[in-house]
Amino acid sequence: MSVLQVRRLRVYYGTPAQPVRAVEDVSLEIGEREVVGLVGESGCGKSTLGRGILGLLPEGARADGEVLYGGRNLIGLSPKELRRLRGPDLGLVFQEPMTRLNPLSRISEHFRETLKQHESRLSDAEMRRRSLETLGRMGIPPTRFDQYPHEFSGGMRQRIMIALALVLRPKLLVADEPTTSLDVIVEGQILALLADLKRDFGTALLLITHNLGIVAESCDRIAVMYAGKIVEEGPVRDVFANPAHPYTRELLRSTISLETTELHSIPGAPPNLIDPPPGCRFHPRCPDAMRVCAQLEPVEKRFDQVRRVQCWLHGPESRIPAGGELPLEREAIGVADEA
Amino acid sequence: MRPEAAELPPEPEAAASPLVSIRDLRTYYSIRGSFADRLVGREAGVVRAVDGVSLDIRRGEVLGLVGESGSGKTTLGRTLLGLARATSGNVDFEGQEITRLPEREFRAVRRRMQVVFQDPHASLNPAMTIGQSVGHPFQIHGLERNRDRLRLRVSEMLERVGLAPAEAYLDKYPSDLSGGQKQRAVIARALILNPVMLVADEPVSMLDMSVRAKILELLLALKHDFDLTYLYITHDLATARFFCDRIAIMYLGRIVEIGPAAAIYADPKHPYTRALLRAIPEPDPERAVPRDLPRGEVPDAARPPLGCHFHPRCPNAFEPCGWESRDLRELLEARWARDAGREGVEEEEALFGDLSALDVPSPEVRFPPPRGRRPEEIVAALERIRSQDPGEPFWKGVERLEAQDAHVRLDFHPPNDPRLERTGEVDVACHLYGSAPR
Amino acid sequence: MAVEARPAPRSPHGRARLMALGRATKPIREARGTARVMLWAGAAITLFFIVLAVFAPLISPYGFSEYKSGGVRFPQLAHPSAAHWMGTTVQSSDVMARVIWGAQTELEVVAIALVMALTIGVPLGLLSGYFGGPLDRALVVVMDALFAFPYLLIAIVIAFLLSNSSIGGGILTAAIAITVAYVPLYFRVVRNHVISLREEAYVDAARALGARPRTIIRKYVFFNVVQNVPPIATLNAADAILLLAALGFLGYGIQPTQGAEWGYDINRAVSDASSGIWWTGLFPGLAIVLLVTGLTLLGEGLNETLNPVLRRRRFGRIDFEPLPEEML
Repeated sequence: MSVLQVRRLRVYYGTPAQPVRAVEDVSLEIGEREVVGLVGESGCGKSTLGRGILGLLPEGARADGEVLYGGRNLIGLSPKELRRLRGPDLGLVFQEPMTRLNPLSRISEHFRETLKQHESRLSDAEMRRRSLETLGRMGIPPTRFDQYPHEFSGGMRQRIMIALALVLRPKLLVADEPTTSLDVIVEGQILALLADLKRDFGTALLLITHNLGIVAESCDRIAVMYAGKIVEEGPVRDVFANPAHPYTRELLRSTISLETTELHSIPGAPPNLIDPPPGCRFHPRCPDAMRVCAQLEPVEKRFDQVRRVQCWLHGPESRIPAGGELPLEREAIGVADEA
Repeated sequence: MRPEAAELPPEPEAAASPLVSIRDLRTYYSIRGSFADRLVGREAGVVRAVDGVSLDIRRGEVLGLVGESGSGKTTLGRTLLGLARATSGNVDFEGQEITRLPEREFRAVRRRMQVVFQDPHASLNPAMTIGQSVGHPFQIHGLERNRDRLRLRVSEMLERVGLAPAEAYLDKYPSDLSGGQKQRAVIARALILNPVMLVADEPVSMLDMSVRAKILELLLALKHDFDLTYLYITHDLATARFFCDRIAIMYLGRIVEIGPAAAIYADPKHPYTRALLRAIPEPDPERAVPRDLPRGEVPDAARPPLGCHFHPRCPNAFEPCGWESRDLRELLEARWARDAGREGVEEEEALFGDLSALDVPSPEVRFPPPRGRRPEEIVAALERIRSQDPGEPFWKGVERLEAQDAHVRLDFHPPNDPRLERTGEVDVACHLYGSAPR
Repeated sequence: MAVEARPAPRSPHGRARLMALGRATKPIREARGTARVMLWAGAAITLFFIVLAVFAPLISPYGFSEYKSGGVRFPQLAHPSAAHWMGTTVQSSDVMARVIWGAQTELEVVAIALVMALTIGVPLGLLSGYFGGPLDRALVVVMDALFAFPYLLIAIVIAFLLSNSSIGGGILTAAIAITVAYVPLYFRVVRNHVISLREEAYVDAARALGARPRTIIRKYVFFNVVQNVPPIATLNAADAILLLAALGFLGYGIQPTQGAEWGYDINRAVSDASSGIWWTGLFPGLAIVLLVTGLTLLGEGLNETLNPVLRRRRFGRIDFEPLPEEML
């Protein structure tokens, strides 16, 4: 059973000239109590996809396609209807917790306000009990319930933000780089909390991150995004053991961890999304690029129910024009053409 | 590339002596109290950002200074660079004491020691072109006044850091460059005067994963070509592994472990080092999120824990580590957080009442029970808590727990500061290894 | 084989300077929408007055204090006519001549005042903000004290004090009075900006490179602070016109012998208005309103184009093309 289904979603940002095609024809399904990791370099559209799902796009952006939740398409809902869904159904955790907490309100007031807005029938005592319990799961003691945001450290604030999202028991939580500004030990603590969400709260999680290590350790499924498209998707174990898309493979190789034995990087930088390269958007940086990659958009190949990739290396051969499988000749990428 | 090197053949003693020698360095910041505090003359707090650090940086090595935010690693780097004033202690750089040099004389040191900061987007003056920025050190030190020659030298340097052809970058403004390109320009600016030492403060942590390796490789190549010595400041033990000959782990202003990188990665001694290593996410789906990480976060450096600063979070802490009043408060709060909403928790909170009496750091605790309660009740509750989790390191520190004169009395083992001591190949400041009394 | 020396590129330094200029004016050239309209309307009005001021001797039919021509005294309080387009005053001066020469006085005073206020306020703000310490605290107290007074009051006091000195009641006095009123404003704006810039990594980097404070302030701080100044200075100029007119109206401004001044003229015209003589007050009044509007539009236009917080992004229309059929 899936909680949320994204079908052929496009999100464009308006500019004075041509629009920026930040998300281009993306489909993604998130199952109940499932943890899905969404990875890619910065500027590849992963944050936009997360916001597009929640209807939190900035001024000047437009979305097209379907985001199905509980039988309803969220694209096209009025801001008011979306607000009613956000919180009790769809939660969001951002990267910078301090900017999302009101510095003049106590933590207890944040919780009371959230609960009043969405579950106004609860009694004061019940609200307090639920808030304290959720905060406690996140490691915030009841003795600090009446303190102000500035009295907490960065990691504590992120815990509070997560508790604030979870106190309404959402079906799906979208966490956009929730640990990027935190220290490594605190990051680990918070990831452990997020990994327990499904057990403790029955919540599904879409974890947006640039860190493949985090995805490996805490996600069930991974979706790799490049230049606005999901180029590969599948169970974490399969994808990490056997990446099908050259981008996934290169991304894995360039991750620096304790197990890394050799430094590696991907030449070049992600393309400008106003006028992305024709064919496969990764072809200018791809070590395996063939002639067809610069001409035609790759066809999605489904290995099975859960594993798919968009890359000509996986065919179908019937669609590759004659000579298309020859290696692509192109200009060398400069040393400093990088992100 | 290095005319000085040609003129001055290295003397044997000079080659053996460290390039930088830091002895018992302390850098404190005073925090401004509120207006009311100052009115009544209350002492404003002091943040001991660097609190008694001694270490040597040898010529030609890369020393990694690793710690979380709040560890004082950045302040140590800034003190070295003369951007923060040392409170006490010494720094010898090329045989010269530099902590007490006036700003004017420090300028000469700065030709020899340069820095690359974390944020490439903020490190370049937005109002100067790349060419102007990179060439500015020459003008600052009055070394090159001919503009064409200057441009030539800037071009050479830009191409050396990979910004080639230089003509494509010279007249660009920082806002036209990507993060990685800006960091290359910052490196070019730092190295254009041929320094001997480079302080690199998190040079890659703001960059995209796909670029980090390239910048690290560039730094390594430049180190070789320019015969440099690096102090690499980072929170990331994974990148440090590729980069460093030796590693110093810092926690709350002190070095807790220092030694050859290989030894530290192969056999980390200090529980904090072990935790840092364990916490690094591995791109390996067979590994789950580690759940045995130290609890809590780095405490406030204005009020560090007694004894070993790491003891409140340490899974291996025992009697001499410096147990104190605030640890009791944390123990109770963690317990109440875990059980929040369950039956009996609110009653327990009420039994202990206001915990602020525990905020004054002391290994001897006396506090009265709230009105209408007897100290024996609290002692009994504490005993019950102990029996529920006897493995909790906190209880090892408790020497005595009793009701006395209508107060609860709790005595801990006397705190003992661990000192850096040689253990195998590394120096580690931890009672698990030292000769401190058990 | 002899390699021919490549011809030296045409002065790269001069090109860099041109590019810098191009970059600095880019937001202005790219301004769109209301900001663009305000900018250009304001610039046109201001330019009109500048032309009036500079070419007053050529444009104006008479001198500002002329009351006769060819030995014939002008009529008193004459209606606007072919001979006197804007009529004449009770002293027989030509209203149009006074309005045109007035533009010269106003702009001269405001220009001198702004230059003085900037040359005092900006460096003080730079030093105070960069070095901090006792100097900063003392300056802040003084400037805040000045700031707390109404502009007009300070200007009146200064004008009054100076008019009895050797400087007299001329353009310089008025300019100094206005300067004193505006120095605290520039000081505060610049100082606060410098304090935030001082924390920037590139200022730290400059210190680490060994730059002297003088160099850091000049090359790293000043250029980034100075971008705020044009909009403020332009808006201030509008304000200063009003202040000068108010001084003139109250009799503390430019003395009638020293130059034509709109505020003074309006003061003289007050008694005319009750007897139905509208032209003596209307034209100088209109001139004030128009010039102030022009400068305000220009200032607000600059503010909206240069200030990234206010700059309104423009979004194009987004049309989704139909997606191709899913290929399986």
